[in-house]
Amino acid sequence: MCEQACAKQNGIPYDDSIAHEEKLSAHKVTAVTTHGDKFMRKLCMNCLTPTCVSVCPVGALQKSADGPVSYDASRCMGCRYCMMACPFQVPTYEWDKRLPVVRKCTMCASRVAQGLQTACAEICPTGATKFGDRDALIAEARQRISSNPASYYEHIYGIEEVGGTSVLLLAAIPFPELGVRADLPRTPMPLLTWNVLSEIPNVVTTMGVLLSGIWWLTHRRAEVAAAERAEEEAKWPKSGAGPK
Amino acid sequence: MAEKRRWPQITFWQAVFFAVLLAGFYATYLRVVRGLGGATNLNDQFPWGLWIGFDVLCGVGLAAGGFTLAAIVHIFNIERYKPILRATILTAFLGYVLVIVALLFDLGRPYRVWHPLVMWNPRSVMFEVAWCVTLYTTVLALEFAPVVFERYGWEKPLRWMRALSIPLVILGVILSTLHQSSLGSLYLIVPEKLHPLWYTPLLPLFFFVSSVCAGLAMTIFESWQSSRAFGKQLELPLLASMGRVLAVLLAFYLTLRCLDLLNRGVLSLLFHRRLENYLFLLEIALFLAPMLLLFRRSSSTSAASLYGCAVMVLFGFVANRLNVSVTGIEAGTGISYLPKWTEIAITLMIVALGFAIFRFAAKHLPIFEVEKSEKKRAQSALLTAPGD
Repeated sequence: MCEQACAKQNGIPYDDSIAHEEKLSAHKVTAVTTHGDKFMRKLCMNCLTPTCVSVCPVGALQKSADGPVSYDASRCMGCRYCMMACPFQVPTYEWDKRLPVVRKCTMCASRVAQGLQTACAEICPTGATKFGDRDALIAEARQRISSNPASYYEHIYGIEEVGGTSVLLLAAIPFPELGVRADLPRTPMPLLTWNVLSEIPNVVTTMGVLLSGIWWLTHRRAEVAAAERAEEEAKWPKSGAGPK
Repeated sequence: MAEKRRWPQITFWQAVFFAVLLAGFYATYLRVVRGLGGATNLNDQFPWGLWIGFDVLCGVGLAAGGFTLAAIVHIFNIERYKPILRATILTAFLGYVLVIVALLFDLGRPYRVWHPLVMWNPRSVMFEVAWCVTLYTTVLALEFAPVVFERYGWEKPLRWMRALSIPLVILGVILSTLHQSSLGSLYLIVPEKLHPLWYTPLLPLFFFVSSVCAGLAMTIFESWQSSRAFGKQLELPLLASMGRVLAVLLAFYLTLRCLDLLNRGVLSLLFHRRLENYLFLLEIALFLAPMLLLFRRSSSTSAASLYGCAVMVLFGFVANRLNVSVTGIEAGTGISYLPKWTEIAITLMIVALGFAIFRFAAKHLPIFEVEKSEKKRAQSALLTAPGD
């Protein structure tokens, strides 16, 4: 049901054949995946320090204070670096369109801004998807695990993964068995590139001074040599000098 | 003999050229009409393919001869390399223009290619690359402009350009250092996708050093090519000493790569019989072999072996970039990708256009005439010098 509500919210057609596809694509921004008798939902994790936001050269992806990572299609030039960089492989592309855009769950940014729940949480009849304040959700998750340790795998996915995410996952079995990567770093990914990018001003100044210095030295040497030669010639004028 | 043999060769290459062009035009049509999905084998799991891996990464790297030689001649004031500077600047300029053309094929919405110049995100490596490539292409155009001005005898702009030349060269070297390394930084963000043989925090450094190697190799390769095509004499001693610099740089690069693999403790990965390991060894061998050859005095002074070494380095460079962008990502994610024929056809078309434009420019612009004009100036200096 969440898939259908999500498709409606995002203005994407939905039918039975799409329902059977268990992966994210341009026409499916959330997918329920089956793992034996267990289910898991795949959707954008809406990271607290999103990789996609950091890599987008035109700032088409933005993280808002209330959680959603939104996408402005009018800025996007289609370099697909966000797809390349996302540790969860979430953003998808409209490959068959002539002028494609990126597709991803944006945590119903417009609804959340109005104080509403996301479409998937609102429609969920079993309460498997819940919407709320992140801290309150974490507290509830901890309480659920401690009061019922037999039915939960003891980990809240998303508190620390890649620096924390706005979507949190609870499961009965270890996450890799549900197709969720457990090997991601605990630090925000954007640091990996920022550590290098932040050195640019230093590189530019150092190289500027260094190169100018080398140029001055090498040319000064040539100038001095020429001047000395001229002086020498001035001291001992050649015999053939002067007008004929 | 040589004259006779050259003619059929040229017509054969012309036939190849037009065939490549035709296939490229058809592939371009398919790219426009059917979109990226119809013209490429890219998908959501593998969004960057041959166009990024070869056309962009290799294109920019092979054009590195431009800033390397400009620095040698203008900053380090080693004037003997001046005769090949113009040809190198021209190749670099063409290289960058063609990289931009390739990018237009790869972008989902090519008409928005200018967006990063207006819509900023300084935290993005791609943003930095976009700015550097734009600025450096402009710098290259300005560095090459005097050749055009000379051809048409425009004295005034020529004088302005001379005054600007040193700041331009310095700016060019800085911009090149930044974006050559940044192409490596692009992959710093995918530690979970790029195979550990290639993923290292030193990627930017490796990309920079190997681009200088490729730049030098490209300069040797080009000098040989133009000496054959235009009957110019090969500046052998010049190229030989360049070959020795190349050998030292290759040694430096390979030592760093080895140390990096050792320090990260991933050398043991090489003991598995896997495709990516063979491709890794190929990449290393294509740098190691020319390095050893160039260190031998006999081979660094023969034109044929110099040329052979340069070609090996160029292939090794291309192998490295394709390994990072394709092999390494395939091995790291388990997703396989083979470029579609359209991707290859468009790539070949872009390469062929590069060759054709270079030939055309070399024929009609005074690229190899620095020497002549320099000699003329020297002669006239002799004439005006009071009897000697």
